[in-house]
Amino acid sequence: METQTITQELGEITKVKKPTIEVSGSVALLEALIVEGVETIFGYPGGAIMPIYDALYDYNDKLNHILVRHEQGGIHAGQGYARTSGKVGVVFATSGPGATNLVTGLADAQIDSTPLVCITGQVFAHLLGTDAFQETDVINITTPVTKWNYQVTDATKIPEVIAKAFYIAKSGRPGPVLIDITKNAQIQKFNYEGYVKCDHIRSYRPKPIVRPQYIQQAAELINQAKKPFIIWGQGVILGSAEQEFKAFVEKSGIPAAWTVLGAGAIPTDHPQNVGMLGMHGNYGPNVLTNECDVLIAIGMRFDDRVTGRLDKYAKQAKVIHLDIDPAEIDKNVKSTVPVWGDCKETLPLLTALVEQKPHTEWLNLFNEYTQKEVEAVIYDELNPTSGEMTMGEVIKQLNDITKGEAVIVTDVGQHQMVACRYAKLNKTRSNVTSGGLGTMGFALPAAIGAKFGAQERTVVAIIGDGGFQMTLQELGTIMQSGVDVKIIILNNRFLGMVRQWQELFNDRRYSFVDIQSPDFVMVAKGYGINGKTISEREHLASALNEMLDHKGSYLLEVMVTKENNVFPMVPQGCSVSEIRLK
Amino acid sequence: METPDNEKQEYNITVYTENQIGLLNRIAIIFTRRKINIDSLNTSPSEIESIHRFNIVITESEEVVRKLTRQIEKQVEVLKVYYHTNADVIWQELALYKVSTDVIAEKVSVERLLRENGARVVVLRKDYTVFETTGHREETDNLISILQPYGLIEFVRSARVAIIKDSEGFNSKLREFERLEPGEDVVENEYLNQGQKVFTM
Repeated sequence: METQTITQELGEITKVKKPTIEVSGSVALLEALIVEGVETIFGYPGGAIMPIYDALYDYNDKLNHILVRHEQGGIHAGQGYARTSGKVGVVFATSGPGATNLVTGLADAQIDSTPLVCITGQVFAHLLGTDAFQETDVINITTPVTKWNYQVTDATKIPEVIAKAFYIAKSGRPGPVLIDITKNAQIQKFNYEGYVKCDHIRSYRPKPIVRPQYIQQAAELINQAKKPFIIWGQGVILGSAEQEFKAFVEKSGIPAAWTVLGAGAIPTDHPQNVGMLGMHGNYGPNVLTNECDVLIAIGMRFDDRVTGRLDKYAKQAKVIHLDIDPAEIDKNVKSTVPVWGDCKETLPLLTALVEQKPHTEWLNLFNEYTQKEVEAVIYDELNPTSGEMTMGEVIKQLNDITKGEAVIVTDVGQHQMVACRYAKLNKTRSNVTSGGLGTMGFALPAAIGAKFGAQERTVVAIIGDGGFQMTLQELGTIMQSGVDVKIIILNNRFLGMVRQWQELFNDRRYSFVDIQSPDFVMVAKGYGINGKTISEREHLASALNEMLDHKGSYLLEVMVTKENNVFPMVPQGCSVSEIRLK
Repeated sequence: METPDNEKQEYNITVYTENQIGLLNRIAIIFTRRKINIDSLNTSPSEIESIHRFNIVITESEEVVRKLTRQIEKQVEVLKVYYHTNADVIWQELALYKVSTDVIAEKVSVERLLRENGARVVVLRKDYTVFETTGHREETDNLISILQPYGLIEFVRSARVAIIKDSEGFNSKLREFERLEPGEDVVENEYLNQGQKVFTM
């Protein structure tokens, strides 16, 4: 049986004076994490965070700390955890290099709206600004890449600050929060009164108030539309509004396409799911963006990879933009009707007002484009019969086995675009990838976190030969934690996406994209992880089955064709209607 | 008399914030990230305890300024942001001028010039005298060029402070913020209402 926490012993804080218990700042921190429902922490110890790790020694039964191999791996794991679980990812790192190693992950979480609370140790308060050992100005370094950050130099502030950190990280448009705690505050004893969760900050409004008149206007536009088109992003998933979204899509009968981070909010094979948007998205969704009469953008931010050339993007359409972040409205694309608010609240209001319509002809037009794309690109990519294997056929075979039930974690590059295009996703929170920042090296650690966040699900990391080498030290984390992650390396012996651009736009001047790799299977073996390399098509299905049936982690390296290109493609600087099929 | 959205002009951005270490940086990087120069920046406590007021002046188009204000307002510790053209505000800058007392004593014309420019004596010492003026940039600049031939020793100018002409209810709205207890919701939150001139918070 679990022992009570100090906070539980103290009981609820009431107006009546309560007894207090003297604890250290470190203990107060861990107590706070428990009340916030934290189960898993990804971290790496060091000098300035030692008091917290010392306290953690006694909290082993309540908090599962995963020792990573590099702080960047820790924060990507935290991101993977947050993405699959919907909870706040928690990361520990020490001061100086420990903290600076978090920066890439913070930037990634900031641009992809991933809720994180990162705790960094800091030198003693009296040493701040003295260039002390492992001192860096982590607050200023991380300000542009955090939703909020704060330095604590007094232990008595810890409960309040941690409460704010969790509230800010997960409310409104989520994001990463970093709390820097000086060593003296970690050690300092104070009279702990218990922990109160934060539910309000007077200067912070997580969500704008829903304006009924805009819902009304949006519904009128939708009801008058002949060719309405829904484009959705991660906002639907972050707002846990998948059901509300599905209801809206189904009642309105409008075709719907997704951004990379929105994938899976409704299943891949939903009849109104017409595919992926953007640079390597599907043919129909891109071309027809410039033919629709009403564009309904839900929880997405019109990233340049989605819009292509902005001055030729959906100019003919009236735009309805649903977003929780007022700063996103009119940022890139001017909206006709701004529906600010949490889409979990706004979508049902809109659904109630929209008329039921089949839009059959319009939906058929998408299907016609799909057919063209199948003939020009998809069929050959997924069903080659001769030559080296393609990335697409690996994903297709994987779909056939997992039936779309697995969590797919991808890195960045060609394999990412192929996986996002072709992976079948039945469930929400099944697609974990670095969208906005495009962080190579994301997938391996993120997959570890994704598995901790969704223990009952199969987690498959699909990684390129380049990206895998950026964070392969996290194989050590897999080894030590015993986490079950299936790793597929799609090895084309190139930094493929850059090579593709060099081929198409730089006259095949292949400048430093010819990357050599170690024997990945042998490297994995060194970490006690089983694996196999295949290069023959006939072995693909059995190798995938072997990987998925294997108890524990497994690394499957698939040698794929060297110079394959991802198509369709909207070349940079081109309009979405100029999408190329080859 | 509407200026087009993309025409650059001076804008006065007023930001109400919590008093928090690091917030100045958080606000400043919103400008620097977009390579926008801050022409003038003043930050000081507002009339309400614990609430600070920033006055920021930049030269940009309204479209850019609108986007910037939304990014600023998004910061956790920012209560409220407004932007106004120069026509919408009354503003002043304070300038101090240090000149040799001997020169002033010798040349009667200097005293007359100072008087004409509304300068007041702040400190009068045997060796130097410090004058102050308040006004717009051109006015304080003007006095520099006037004093230059008479041996201006030192000059300093403050950032701009601006009062918004159409600010009925500002103080009471701020007081509301002061009163807000955790759990209560702020009723109003829109500066986004198109074309709205009414003060809301």
